[in-house]
Amino acid sequence: MIAPSLALAMRALRLTLRRPQFLIPLFLMPSIFLAVNTGGLAATTRLPGFPETSGFLDFQLPAAMVQSLMLSGLQAGIAVALEIESGFFDRLITAPVARLSIVLGRLLAAAVLGAFQVSFFLIVGLLFGAEIAGGVGGVVLVLLLGSFAAVAFAAIGLAIAFRARQASVVQGLFPFVFAVLYLSSAFFPRELLSSPADSISAWNPLSYMADGLRTPIAFGLDAAPIIEGFAVTGGVIAVASLLAVAGLRWRLSDAV
Amino acid sequence: MPSDAPVLKSADEVVRSTEARRGLDVAAVRFLVVRGLNELLRVPGAAIPGIVSPAIFLIGLVLVFGKATDIPGYGTSSFLAFVLPVALLQSAGFTGGATGVNLGRDIEGGWLDRLLLSPASRGTILAGLVLSASLRVLIPIPPLLVIAIAVGAPAPSLLGLVITFALVIMFTAVASTWASILALIFKSQQASPLMQSSILSTLLFSASYAPLELLQPWMRTIAEHNPITLVVEGLRQCYVGEITWTVTWHAFAALIVMGALFAVWALAKLKRYER
Repeated sequence: MIAPSLALAMRALRLTLRRPQFLIPLFLMPSIFLAVNTGGLAATTRLPGFPETSGFLDFQLPAAMVQSLMLSGLQAGIAVALEIESGFFDRLITAPVARLSIVLGRLLAAAVLGAFQVSFFLIVGLLFGAEIAGGVGGVVLVLLLGSFAAVAFAAIGLAIAFRARQASVVQGLFPFVFAVLYLSSAFFPRELLSSPADSISAWNPLSYMADGLRTPIAFGLDAAPIIEGFAVTGGVIAVASLLAVAGLRWRLSDAV
Repeated sequence: MPSDAPVLKSADEVVRSTEARRGLDVAAVRFLVVRGLNELLRVPGAAIPGIVSPAIFLIGLVLVFGKATDIPGYGTSSFLAFVLPVALLQSAGFTGGATGVNLGRDIEGGWLDRLLLSPASRGTILAGLVLSASLRVLIPIPPLLVIAIAVGAPAPSLLGLVITFALVIMFTAVASTWASILALIFKSQQASPLMQSSILSTLLFSASYAPLELLQPWMRTIAEHNPITLVVEGLRQCYVGEITWTVTWHAFAALIVMGALFAVWALAKLKRYER
């Protein structure tokens, strides 16, 4: 199962790199929002209750990362839906490969792309004056958690794509990416969100992913939020992967 | 020949068409406007992003950054009222950007080539595209305003409402002209992310989230030189503070100048495309 998974992961990465225009939204939109939020709302660090941080850019970097990773998950779903539409998927399931490799290959590719996306935003942040409070260890933790989060979002994208089967349906979920983002603590401290976002964000797994990414960048190696980040991301990976595999089985039974 | 393409019927019309090519052909403009509106009737779902995305953006921003107005300098305690103009202009920008996407598709499909063979002047073609977008924006703006007022934004006065619609319509015209220029440069609807993101970026790199005084120095420099700041402030006065003549005419002047410059550029691009 490992060899076909790796081969499918390589194929997914090759296809992504062959069409760089599809990579642009993953970097452009989060970069624009990162710049606009940092330049426009830095004064909010003066609000009572805003945690002590060396800069608003440090605080906003994880928001750009999770935004980019969520868009990447959506694109993984769109890619699978396009393969179903084009008939590639039907040819793939007639090949002698384990069905699980189809899901695993995509998730491996998402992990690699996720590490690249997180590295991009770390470099952009450092170039514009951000400081990584957790040092080298912090960078490693951010890369690891970023890759895990990418896998979680890709698994969600796959689960949706196997059910939806149409790229346009998956693409239509784009505004919901922002809805989920706004109902989390990705952009702002949970205590300073307005009602009902403050309550909802406590139940939104994205809050814990973002806080797990934010802590090594903005605050240092505080164990609790980092462990929470990894635990919640692991939970999302488990549930979403099960849903993706169930979706694949449903798709296979539908194809027969 | 497609049924919706203009048809020459006689030699007289050919002569008249030569005359028409020099000026603005009102009938042809009307035809292009109706064609643009028909597209919306054929695909009503196309109007949804113009409402849903700015509504999510508006409510999301307020939920996340709503307490920003606790910082002195906003001139209001309602962040919703402060960012409502940005959501309205975002919706207008989407509508304007869609004109470029549609033009890119018309170029790919060869429809623009056929249109350029008709007696319609380049000015007529551009006017048809821009007017069509300016009318289409009247579909997403009222529901967006109703949503905003329903969640607590102040209702504008009658004058505020007139200024709101006038500025939004003119901003759509400017955005659609800009998107048409990009469509004529890239000759493909694949340039649509560039059309939408360039309009959105220009809007956001203004005094969109905070007053000029509260922006970071680098952002303030950009916002002060960005003419869209004048438009945002012109629209914002309808919901925050009082309407003043100076802010109003600055907003309209900025749009008129941008519109004129883009129109000249778009006409030059159309001329070059024809060659």
